[in-house]
Amino acid sequence: MSKIVLEHIDKYYGENRVLKDINLTIEDGDFMTLLGPSGCGKTTTLRVISGLEKPQNGTMTIDGKTMIDAANAFYEEPSKRGLNLVFQSYALWPHMTVFQNVAFGLKIKKLPKKEIEERVMDSLRTMRIDRYRDRYPNELSGGQQQRVAIARAIASSPKLLLLDEPLSNLDARLRIDMRAELKRLHKETGTTIVYVTHDQVEALTMSTKVALFKAGEIAQVATPLEIYTNPVDIETADFVGSPRINLIDGKGIYDGETLKVMSPLGNYTFAKDSLKPGETIPEGQEFDVVIGIRPEVVQVAAREPKDEEGYFEASVYASQPAGSETIVTLEANGTQFLALQVDLRNYEMNQQVFVSMDPARLNVFNKETTRLIRYAEAKIKEDEDE
Amino acid sequence: MGKTKKVIQKGNPWTRLKNQLKDVLLNPFNLMTLIAFVILIVFVVVPLFSLVKESFILDAAAARRAKAAEGSWSVYYWQYLLAGKMAKTMFWTPLVHSLTVSFFACLVAVPLGAILAWLMVRSDIPGKKIISFLIVIAYMTPSWCKAQAWLSIFRNALGGTPGILYWLGWNVPDWVAYGPFAMVCVLALHYYAFTYIMLAGSLGSINSELEEMALIQGASKKTIVMRITLPLVMPAFLSATIMTFSKAIGGYSVASYLGTRVQYHTLSTRLHDQIASGMPGVGYAISILMILISAGLILVNNKVIGTRKSYSTINGKGGRSVDLMLGKWRTPMFVFVCLFLLVALVVPIVSLVIESLQVTPLNGLAADNFTLFNWIGKEENSYALLNWEPGLFRNVKFTSAIWNTVKLGVFGAIISSFMGQVFGYISVRGRGKWYGHMIDQLVFIPYLIPAVAFSAVYVAMFIKPKLGGLIPSLYGTFLLILLISTVKYFPYASKSGTATMIQIAAELEEAASINGAGFFRRFARIIFPLAKNGFMSGFILTFISIAKEFDLISLVVNERNITLSYLTFTYTSLTCYQLAACSSVVMIALISVMYLIAKKAFGADIVKGWS
Repeated sequence: MSKIVLEHIDKYYGENRVLKDINLTIEDGDFMTLLGPSGCGKTTTLRVISGLEKPQNGTMTIDGKTMIDAANAFYEEPSKRGLNLVFQSYALWPHMTVFQNVAFGLKIKKLPKKEIEERVMDSLRTMRIDRYRDRYPNELSGGQQQRVAIARAIASSPKLLLLDEPLSNLDARLRIDMRAELKRLHKETGTTIVYVTHDQVEALTMSTKVALFKAGEIAQVATPLEIYTNPVDIETADFVGSPRINLIDGKGIYDGETLKVMSPLGNYTFAKDSLKPGETIPEGQEFDVVIGIRPEVVQVAAREPKDEEGYFEASVYASQPAGSETIVTLEANGTQFLALQVDLRNYEMNQQVFVSMDPARLNVFNKETTRLIRYAEAKIKEDEDE
Repeated sequence: MGKTKKVIQKGNPWTRLKNQLKDVLLNPFNLMTLIAFVILIVFVVVPLFSLVKESFILDAAAARRAKAAEGSWSVYYWQYLLAGKMAKTMFWTPLVHSLTVSFFACLVAVPLGAILAWLMVRSDIPGKKIISFLIVIAYMTPSWCKAQAWLSIFRNALGGTPGILYWLGWNVPDWVAYGPFAMVCVLALHYYAFTYIMLAGSLGSINSELEEMALIQGASKKTIVMRITLPLVMPAFLSATIMTFSKAIGGYSVASYLGTRVQYHTLSTRLHDQIASGMPGVGYAISILMILISAGLILVNNKVIGTRKSYSTINGKGGRSVDLMLGKWRTPMFVFVCLFLLVALVVPIVSLVIESLQVTPLNGLAADNFTLFNWIGKEENSYALLNWEPGLFRNVKFTSAIWNTVKLGVFGAIISSFMGQVFGYISVRGRGKWYGHMIDQLVFIPYLIPAVAFSAVYVAMFIKPKLGGLIPSLYGTFLLILLISTVKYFPYASKSGTATMIQIAAELEEAASINGAGFFRRFARIIFPLAKNGFMSGFILTFISIAKEFDLISLVVNERNITLSYLTFTYTSLTCYQLAACSSVVMIALISVMYLIAKKAFGADIVKGWS
């Protein structure tokens, strides 16, 4: 059991407020990713949870036990919070072997020698580096060092595992391997994981929940699918997803029942029940909107389909076939946008094509508040749904 | 980020206070910082105040002359020094002497050091490795050994037995043998090292890509040197000049070996004489003025150069450095460097060795004039020519001097480098916090104070019992010598401690702390093992510096706790030149061996860590 509740956390460096009223609940067994660009406060939040930083305001409990009570200047020591941390730099002690690195914390706990040996070897085996036990960190590759760092963190069987951009120093191939490794580790151990990254692909592929940080605040906490399908504002929409979401300027008009949107890529009408409650939607007057269209929502056909509605003409600006997928840059009514197609296609430059998009899968943002006002539906194929 | 006003919510004030106190008191880091502060305040700040105070309080003798009560406050000493009948002999002439000698020493030493540094770092001169080692050894040889060597060569018939040139048929005139000319020569041959060390560090850190870029843009070699290289090393160059000047002003040994014989007094010799056998209060006043001159110069230098000092660190890691081809200058330059080493290292050592083997310097290199008596002779075989002293290795004074020197060096270096690591740790972990900044400032103070003035500070503080006997008089004790040596080297030790600690990422400690390691365990298991090499090389460099020190301790050494440097000085004063030469040779040998160990075993590099 390990439920972490952060409430009203403020962190100042001098007069500089780097965390602003952070409220976050991490449920037991979650793989919670703190996502955001550099300097947004995600690492600071992680360090607050670990106890390496002391926030000036706020409280934190783990399983109901108070770990931080800033008002009373109470901060539990890092080692008494039942957690462990993997640093971005790995922070392996260069003068100790792999075995000694992993055994360090267990020795401090004064476990019997035999148990230490067993637990160290267990975690080395879990990370598949048991044969390097007598090497020094500088005799290992970056990927192996990373595994040692994780092995060291899990050796003490922490209830909570914190990872600070652990994959950022690895090359692209190793990163994909390590992602799988971490996901498996999460499933096998059932440990609650808090994971910091600026890489949205990592966030989307690995986590059960994502907390999106923006300038010291949490912009959105949701499942990866939700963050991807319905990002809370334009900035988030732009940050999440690759290739980037198409953000098309348009005009909206809301009569209290339906939202009509006019754009260079067609006019759409959305029913009231798909609108997001509590957002600013001016009634009875035209206002600026931004339509968010994920590239995979854009359907492209070389010839106009006969019995289907909603197609409009566009011309191919450039096409980037990448083996498994094709990214097509299209142009219609003076507006450029991207389409993602999940197979290999070939288009000529300036070729005329026919384009449609499923209105149910479009986001609409209020341009003035920059906030999402209309939910899109996620499309998940049945057999892949868990 | 946030520009909003900082709001901090406070809960129950008592719980809050209790938790805050617990946090502060139970954290050994805070305790360590507190102890470091106390040490620095007690041993740096308080003695300085004490020095100022003592320069205004009349002692018994001065009170009689000033016709005032003993212990009363008075500007008597200051008036005597600056405006009295003796002011010219006591202060103004020595001031002019000090400034003259320092200026000319700078004029020779700085260009010399600069050329050597450039040749060693940027050119393709042959034999770099061995030459740069020898250049450093030449510096490691204490200045008083060089003064000693100067005497053994140039001494004329003015006093005692003349030197080797006299035997060769040249009665060297006084102005060559003693006084300002001799002092400038010896100082320059010693203090070139500041420029060499600082510039070598600065030049070594300039990425040659910066120069190559200029080359690609079409700049000529001359333009590159003038517009790119020189401006980049200018800050180091200025610092070196100031350091040389300030060190030369503060130097006592060279002035006392070479100047006093012809009544050429400098501030440091006057200071020394006043404290040792005149009016200590006047000596204290001279110390204060010397500190002001020296500290003023260094502070102005830091202010002027300010942030520009950091040029050299910008590319600290970057790129390789390409040696400049000397072409047809290669041989002449190599000859120049060899000549330098000959003058600065070989001739002094050889002349000292020769002298140590002579029956009497009067008979020079005559075949029957060589003997091992000075080294191993028995007392019963000694005679008037040898001043009735047994050979060095059978001499109780020598045994006791070497024992004291080693003891002083070992204890001083252990304490100093340990404290250096602690100061470095506080400074690095306290970057951007008030206590880190404060430690940096306090630790830097001894650096501003010329050596002989520094010992005056301690004399003023510890000559009488203080606080009703709570602090006993330490005058004449080994403890006082140790204290002076240790504290004077705090700035250097702390610099090398900082350099070591900065390489140990805070994350290594944080990782240990999350795994449950407390402060002491972190220090013992993480910090210390990683800092070991830095500590050891710092230790040996400090050992060498303390062991060879004369300026710093000449005021406080007495018969009971004599050191090698003091023994040499005593022998010279007694005109036992051969024995003085013997003990100089021992000193140089000891230093060379220690430096070799530091370099080979712990990778000590004086250019990188000790400027």
